[in-house]
Amino acid sequence: MFTLESGSGFWNPILWILVFVIIFLLFYGIRGFGKSAYKKGTEQTKVFLSGNKEPSPEEMHVKASNLYWGFTTSMKSLYSVLRNMHTGNTSDYILWFVLVLVVLFLILGVM
Amino acid sequence: MTILEALLQHSPALIIATPLLSAFLLPLVSRIHAKVRDVFALVMLGVTSCFVGLLASDVLSHGPRIYIFGAQNLHVPLVRILFEVDSMGIFMALITMMLAIIAVIYSWSFLHQEDGLDKYYTLLLLVVTSALGMELTGDIFNFFVFLEISCIASCALIAFWVTEGEALEAAFKYIVVSSVGALFVLFAIGIFYAQYNALNIATLAHLLQFTFLDKIALVILLVSLGMKAGLAPMHMWLPDSYGRAPPSIVLIIMSATLASFYGILRVVFTVYGNVLTTSLRFSLPVHVVIGWILIALAIVSILIGVIMALIQTDLLRLIGYAAVAEIGYMFLAIGTSIAALGTSYATVALHGGVLHILNDAIDIGLLFLVAGAIYYVTKKRSLDDISGLARNMKFTTVFFLIGLLAVAGMPPLNGFTSKFLIYESVYQLNPILSIIALLGSILLLAVFIKVLYAAFLGPELPELQDVKEAPKSMLLAMGLLAGFAICIGLFPNLLLDTLVKPAASALMDHAQYISMVIGGL
Amino acid sequence: MIEYLPFIAVVAMILIGLYAVVFRRNLIKMVIGISIIESGVNLFLIMLGYREGGVAPIFTSLPSGTTYPGEMVLPVPQALTLTSIVIGVAVLALMLSLVMHIYRKYGTLDVQKIRRLKE
Repeated sequence: MFTLESGSGFWNPILWILVFVIIFLLFYGIRGFGKSAYKKGTEQTKVFLSGNKEPSPEEMHVKASNLYWGFTTSMKSLYSVLRNMHTGNTSDYILWFVLVLVVLFLILGVM
Repeated sequence: MTILEALLQHSPALIIATPLLSAFLLPLVSRIHAKVRDVFALVMLGVTSCFVGLLASDVLSHGPRIYIFGAQNLHVPLVRILFEVDSMGIFMALITMMLAIIAVIYSWSFLHQEDGLDKYYTLLLLVVTSALGMELTGDIFNFFVFLEISCIASCALIAFWVTEGEALEAAFKYIVVSSVGALFVLFAIGIFYAQYNALNIATLAHLLQFTFLDKIALVILLVSLGMKAGLAPMHMWLPDSYGRAPPSIVLIIMSATLASFYGILRVVFTVYGNVLTTSLRFSLPVHVVIGWILIALAIVSILIGVIMALIQTDLLRLIGYAAVAEIGYMFLAIGTSIAALGTSYATVALHGGVLHILNDAIDIGLLFLVAGAIYYVTKKRSLDDISGLARNMKFTTVFFLIGLLAVAGMPPLNGFTSKFLIYESVYQLNPILSIIALLGSILLLAVFIKVLYAAFLGPELPELQDVKEAPKSMLLAMGLLAGFAICIGLFPNLLLDTLVKPAASALMDHAQYISMVIGGL
Repeated sequence: MIEYLPFIAVVAMILIGLYAVVFRRNLIKMVIGISIIESGVNLFLIMLGYREGGVAPIFTSLPSGTTYPGEMVLPVPQALTLTSIVIGVAVLALMLSLVMHIYRKYGTLDVQKIRRLKE
C-alpha cells in the first residue's frame, strides 16, 4: 500500500518521512552545538552593523512585483516576446487557434 | 429485481437527471428561505454522488455498462442515444462530484452577502450536469450538446460580478473562444456522420478507416478540444477567466476543462483506437505523429505557464497560469503514452497522466480556495497590497503550504506521486523532455514561494491589522482538499490500484468498449 | 461539379466568419462573425442528408410509388441541425447581453480599448 512502483524505480513515502525526520534531528543536534550566549534583541548585534540604524521590518519589506527582479531583468528579451504575444485581444485568441489549426493541417496533410 | 438493482440499471440516466431537475427546482425552493436553498443544493449533489458511487462500484468490478435511452435492447439500425460508462468515465465523474461538493460548501460563506444566489446555484448545478454528461456519454453528438451547455452556463457564472468590467471582458472572451471551438467540433462530427452514417462512438471506432477526411476531423478535434482544455498557444482565455470568476466557480469550470481533456482521450484512444498503427509517409505510424504533436504543444504549455506566472501580481491570475502549466503536464504524459504505444513505459505514463488529472484538480483547487479566502478577508486582489497575513490566518497559511508543496511536486504530497510516474516514463522516451518537466516543477515552486513570502510572511501592513480568520465553511472546504492531498501522498497505491489502473486499462482496451455495443447487436 | 457547390459555400462561409472574428475590432462584428460560422456549419450538416430526387422523410404521407427508405432524404441530420440552431440562438443571446453590459460599462465597443486583462 505504501510503495509506488514505476517501471524503473520505486517510491515509498514512509521511508522518505523517516529519512527526513532522522536528518532533521541530526541538524537540530548540530545546531545545539552553537553558542548559547546569544540573546535576540539586545545590543549584541550592533557591532556588526557599524553603528548604522537597523530599519524596521515595514521599511525593509520587498513588494511582490519586485521580488524576482534579477530573473526578470536578465531574461528581458524572452519576457518582451511573451508579453507581446499575450495581447489580451479577443481576436488574437482566435488567430492563435487558426494558426495552430493550419500548422497541424500541413503536418498531417503532408505525412 | 431489488431496488438497488433497479437503481443501478438506471443510474446513468439518474446521474444526469438529478442535478438537472434540482437545477430547475432550485429557484422555487429558494423562495422559502436562503438556508433551505443552500442545503437543498448540497443534498441533491450528495444524492448524485451516491448514484455515482453505486455505478462506480459496479463498473470497477464488472466492466463497462450501457444504458440505452428509450429502448430495452439494442436493435440493428442503431439510432438510439447510448450512455456507455467504463472505468475512465466514472473516474472523471468522481472527480467532478468531489469538486462540485467542495465548491458548494465553500460558496456558502464566500458569497453569502451577494445577491442573485438562486441563479448562481442553478447555473452551478447545470455545469455539473453538463460535465457529468460529457464524461458518461457514448454518443459523439451528445458530447457536443453537453459541451455547449457547459460553455453557456460557465460563461454566465464567470460574469457573476457584473459590476466589474474585467469580469464581463473575461466572460466575453470565454464565450467567443468556446463557441468557435464547439462549432469546429460540430464540423468534425459532421465529417464523421457524412462518411460512416453513425454517431455512436463505439460504432464509429468499429467502422473507421483512416481516410483523408478522417485526418481533417482528427486535427480539428484535437485543436478545438485542446483549446477548451487550455493547451498553449491557445490558452490565453484560461488565466483571464480563472482570474476573474469567483473562486468557487473556478473549481466548477475546472471540472468542465477536465471533461474536455477527457474528450481528447476518448477521441484518440477509442474513436481512432483501431487505426493508430497505420503507417504514414516516412514509415511513421499515426500514433507517433499524434503523440509528438501533443508532446510539443505540452512542452510549450509548461514553459509558457510557469514563465508567465512569475511576473504576475494578481493572485488569482497567477494561479490560472500555474493551471496552464499543470495541464501541460497532463498532455505531456498522454502524448508520451500515445507516441510510445505498446511499450511498458507507455502504460506507466498513462497511469501518471490519469492520476495527474485528480492531483491537479485537488492542488489547483486548494490554491484557488486559499486565494479566495485572502480576497474575502482583505478585499484586495493584488499581491502588492497584502502582507503578513500569517499572524491572523493560521489555518489558511497551513493549507496554502500544503497546496504549494503539492503543486510543485514535493514529496510526500500527492503532486510528487503523479509527477514521479511522469518523469520516469518520459525520461525513457527522451531525457530532454523529462529535464524540461523537472525545470517547470522547480519554477512552479519558485512562483509559489513568491506568493507565500508576499502574502503571508513579512510585516503586517497597518490597514490589515484587524483581519480575521476565514469563515468555518471555507476552512472546511480547504481542509477536505488538503486532507485528500495528504492521503493520496501517503498512500499512493490505494488510489492507484482501485481507480487509476482500471481507468488506464479501460482506455487502452478499446476493443472491449467497441464490443459492448457491436457484440450486443 | 454543381453538386459540390454547397460544400464550397460552407467553406467560404466559415472562412468569412473567421475573417470577421479575427480581423475586425468591433465587438458586434465579432458576434456577427460567429453567427456566420454557425450558419456555415448548419448548412454543412443539412447538406449531408440530401439524396438526389428524394422526398421529405415523413413516413405516413409518402407520395404513391416511393420506396421506404430508399428515396427519402435522411432525417437524422435535420435533427442535428435543429439542435445546433437552438444552441446557436442561446449563445448569440448570451454574447449580445454581455456586449450590452460591456458597452454600458466602458462606453466603447473597440476590442483594443476594452482590454484590461493583458499579459
